[in-house]
Amino acid sequence: METKQVINWLQLFTDKVGENKAYLSDLDTPIGDGDHGANMARGTSEMMKSIEEKNPQTPTEVFKLAAMTLISKVGGASGPLYGSAFMGMTKASMQSDDLVSILEGGMSEIQKRGKSEPGEKTMLDTWSRVIESLKDGSLTEEKVKEISEETKEMKATKGRASYLGERSIGHIDPGAMSSSYLFETMIEAGVK
Amino acid sequence: MKKIMNQTDDILNEMLEGLSYAYSDLVTRIPETNVIVKKNISGSKVGVVSGGGSGHEPAHAGFVGTGMLSAAVCGEIFTSPTPDQVLEGIKAADDGAGVLLVIKNYSGDVMNFEMAKDLAEMEGIEVETVLVDDDIAVEDSTYTAGRRGVAGTILVHKILGHAAESGKSLAEIKEIGDKLVKEIKTLGVALTGATVPAVGKPGFVLAEDEIEFGVGIHGEPGYRKEKLQSSRKLAEELVGKLKDEFNWKSGDKYGVLVNGLGGTPLMEQFVFMNDVKALLEEDGLVVDFKKVGDVMTSIDMEGLSLTMIHLDTPEWTEALNAPVTTIAW
Repeated sequence: METKQVINWLQLFTDKVGENKAYLSDLDTPIGDGDHGANMARGTSEMMKSIEEKNPQTPTEVFKLAAMTLISKVGGASGPLYGSAFMGMTKASMQSDDLVSILEGGMSEIQKRGKSEPGEKTMLDTWSRVIESLKDGSLTEEKVKEISEETKEMKATKGRASYLGERSIGHIDPGAMSSSYLFETMIEAGVK
Repeated sequence: MKKIMNQTDDILNEMLEGLSYAYSDLVTRIPETNVIVKKNISGSKVGVVSGGGSGHEPAHAGFVGTGMLSAAVCGEIFTSPTPDQVLEGIKAADDGAGVLLVIKNYSGDVMNFEMAKDLAEMEGIEVETVLVDDDIAVEDSTYTAGRRGVAGTILVHKILGHAAESGKSLAEIKEIGDKLVKEIKTLGVALTGATVPAVGKPGFVLAEDEIEFGVGIHGEPGYRKEKLQSSRKLAEELVGKLKDEFNWKSGDKYGVLVNGLGGTPLMEQFVFMNDVKALLEEDGLVVDFKKVGDVMTSIDMEGLSLTMIHLDTPEWTEALNAPVTTIAW
């Protein structure tokens, strides 16, 4: 895993979140509080600023900077969740260079922080299925798009959308969507 | 909306500047943060830190001082503070004996405070948490899995602050806290919604002759709307519901806190307390602690909440009645 590639990945992710800011907030309006896009856009652009300033030299350093800025700049529940994800990736990248292990490290921290499991219509549904596809070699950008779309027909049992129960069906989960941007751009940047 | 303010984005900063200027003998604001910390932390005692979204003043910064909180971390209005801010609060409060975090049960607060705990532990500070979920109105709400944490949180500050002041260890304080939160229950009634400055209009609207039972401190829906009725009738509803939860019997010892939600005059709070007193006397309860006033508000909401605490532990009664040096107790 190359530091330059990882930085490029996060830059592409930031661009994609920025382009889709309004869409992410629209997804968050019927089943949440409507600020996911604005929060993620603010957090990711702060993340890139910090990476430019501090010029990290290893993937671990990049992940750690990402974690710290997302934690402090996103707010709400997405801040600690994405912050935990990158914190988990930071720790895993100290042990291994393997992308699957690093993403699994991120996912286990999300599970711990959100006290949640895959299948509850959250960002974890994107993470778990992306990791599965990565393992069996079937991961493509199209596949990532499909994965987040599939949260549409799920019923939320965790997160704010869960208070809507049945009414959460028919809406794509905003966190699953922003996570799909993370993985689409990971493929685009050629991170392996 | 009629409010004394400048730019909505500056409210938190300007409020904390004003507060730390007015009470510079008691507290300081840690520069570049939204953390209010007790002056002169010393003596290797456990730090007790709380916080949450702003808009609940005097909670929590008003309870920073000798005998209560070591630090309060203030988020944006009705928004949890971020982990880096909570971490600053933990670091400021740590005097080598560890830090106890008092968290109100809202998903955002729980996640941000637990993340801060992880970060602090990475830096070698011992941290324990106590989760307050005293609101018996509803089980799950817009921001909560389980019951919400409301005015009872202040009694937790008081008792755990006293335990820390008397030199108890982090493990002991955590144990007291976990027991304590099971013995505190609260229920509120709202006459109006609260107006968040950035929104500019009330979060919900009740008719001129309408009230709502069980509304949360961020204006989350309660459990029943009714026509406005006498203070005595309101007291019967709140006391009745608390009684169902506690199952008290004659001779049991309790503490009582009547808390204004921000827009209700003390006059009305005292009238209400008088009705509560009559009902508790009818049931033969021994009331060993009493307090009336705004401690956990919802900006400008009209209404109040009633908190009761089961006091079968003499140390708790002593702690509640002990003098402290804070802005608002």
